[in-house]
Amino acid sequence: MQVESMYQQIILDHYRNPHHKGLREPFNAEVHHVNPVCGDEVTLRVALENVAGEPVVADLSYDALGCSISQASASVMSDLVVGKAVAEAMTISQAFLELMQSKGEGSPDEGVLEDAVAFAGVSKYPARIKCALLGWMAWKDATAQALEGYSASDAR
Amino acid sequence: MTLDVAAIRADFPILSRTVRGGRPLVYLDSGATSQKPVQVLDAERAFYQQHNSAAHRGAHLLGEEATDAYESARARVAAFIGAGPGEIVFTKNATEAINLVAYAMGNAGSVGPGDEILVTEMEHHANLVPWQQLCERTGATLRWFRVTPEGTLDLDLDLITERTKIVAVTHQSNVTGAIPPVAEIARAAHEQGALVLADGAQSVPHQPVDVAALGVDFLAFSGHKMLAPYGIGVLFGRAEALEAMPPFLFGGSMIEVVRMEGSTFLPPPQRFEPGVPPAAQAVGLAAACDYLSALGMANVAAHEESLTAYALDTLSALGGVRILGPLTTKDRGGAVSFDVTGVHPHDVGQILDEFGVAVRADHHCAAPLHRALGVAASTRASFYVYNTPEEVDTLAEAIRHAQRFFGVR
Repeated sequence: MQVESMYQQIILDHYRNPHHKGLREPFNAEVHHVNPVCGDEVTLRVALENVAGEPVVADLSYDALGCSISQASASVMSDLVVGKAVAEAMTISQAFLELMQSKGEGSPDEGVLEDAVAFAGVSKYPARIKCALLGWMAWKDATAQALEGYSASDAR
Repeated sequence: MTLDVAAIRADFPILSRTVRGGRPLVYLDSGATSQKPVQVLDAERAFYQQHNSAAHRGAHLLGEEATDAYESARARVAAFIGAGPGEIVFTKNATEAINLVAYAMGNAGSVGPGDEILVTEMEHHANLVPWQQLCERTGATLRWFRVTPEGTLDLDLDLITERTKIVAVTHQSNVTGAIPPVAEIARAAHEQGALVLADGAQSVPHQPVDVAALGVDFLAFSGHKMLAPYGIGVLFGRAEALEAMPPFLFGGSMIEVVRMEGSTFLPPPQRFEPGVPPAAQAVGLAAACDYLSALGMANVAAHEESLTAYALDTLSALGGVRILGPLTTKDRGGAVSFDVTGVHPHDVGQILDEFGVAVRADHHCAAPLHRALGVAASTRASFYVYNTPEEVDTLAEAIRHAQRFFGVR
């Protein structure tokens, strides 16, 4: 079946055993995002730390309710951004967004997106792109909020 | 009399197309919108090709013909639900029809602090949010009938009091298919002097509806869910109820005398139909009513009841599938929503789509009802005149596949 091009094994694995799931302390910002169509939701926290004067994602924790695509995407995202400088994580986030907008025609850079390249097939199903982006949009929002507080205090 | 489904299907060109993987289309999403027969498409096209002009204006032959076509459509739609032509207001859809009543009640100043508006927990957002907003604008209080764990209405008539100004209730749930006792609610409401509005978006297309027997003051429904085009809906209002209402939308066609200092308005139904009327869409809706009447609404209901009974049995027998709503066809229409244990509705819908089965998979614009039933969303199969038991079999096969694919069975 064609649909198996979307439901890659790696996606199903992350869905069954999500990484970094559960809400943890400490954190600099928390957001709650929903998909108004289906009622899926995610609560997501970001903790930043100052490493040599640069903000780095110290932790990302989340609690989410949703389909396999949204759950797996949040899990893969957490693997990709935790421990990375915010600037680099934002670049990855942008690359993932572009992959989702590629209508199945994208050629994702595995060096940047790693496991997230498995979501390439999702971009062929317009109704599911929002699912794949739910966690990423929450992360971008939370990080932007965390950076505001971060600039003020310059450290957590 | 049973429907000749093969002959009916031949009237719907879209049903012969293929979808993903070259599979035939199994369209089980008529609760969202129905497909359209050639008779309706031809009627709309003939209006545009032969009679198109602005109804109720124009000093020419085409203007007269367009006006005749529009008013004849009104009369045929009225007859379809046992109403008088003057009791039919054409709107964009059921949503606009409900908003019309809510805004008109606000404009009339007939609700305020201390007054109550009564809805139900099983409403589509279209028959909930306009009333929430009316309460916010006027200081009135929103109250609601709860639902039972089986997804039927928990009928507590004590909620209807002399403070109740209007009771707004679905005539058939778009999620559970449950049919609340609208006539009984209407009697209780009228005893307390309250108005009653029924949301008929899921009932008028699927069962014989007679507004007098139903005893409601208002009935809202959409054309596109009953074989007709988009952009046309109906507010039925009892003549006295419409007469008592001020306008909601203002402009041309609904006025009597306009001076710079102020204006007066036409009687219903024109009072509620500002702007150039959607005559082609009204003609399409009337053609849809004619099509359904030729089949016989009792036959349509019987056909759907047999499909629903078969679907309830077939899906229950799968195991790992929880049906939301009544498990028999008693007081129940042909919307069958279900939860596949361990598989999110989006994922169920995706696998079904791979089998060519078109369903809806979300909260169906009824989030409070889903919350009450303990799920965030569900998958819904909904039936109409063109569906077959074989399509229910394909649905079941696709659900089994989804269960295997996600490793829950």
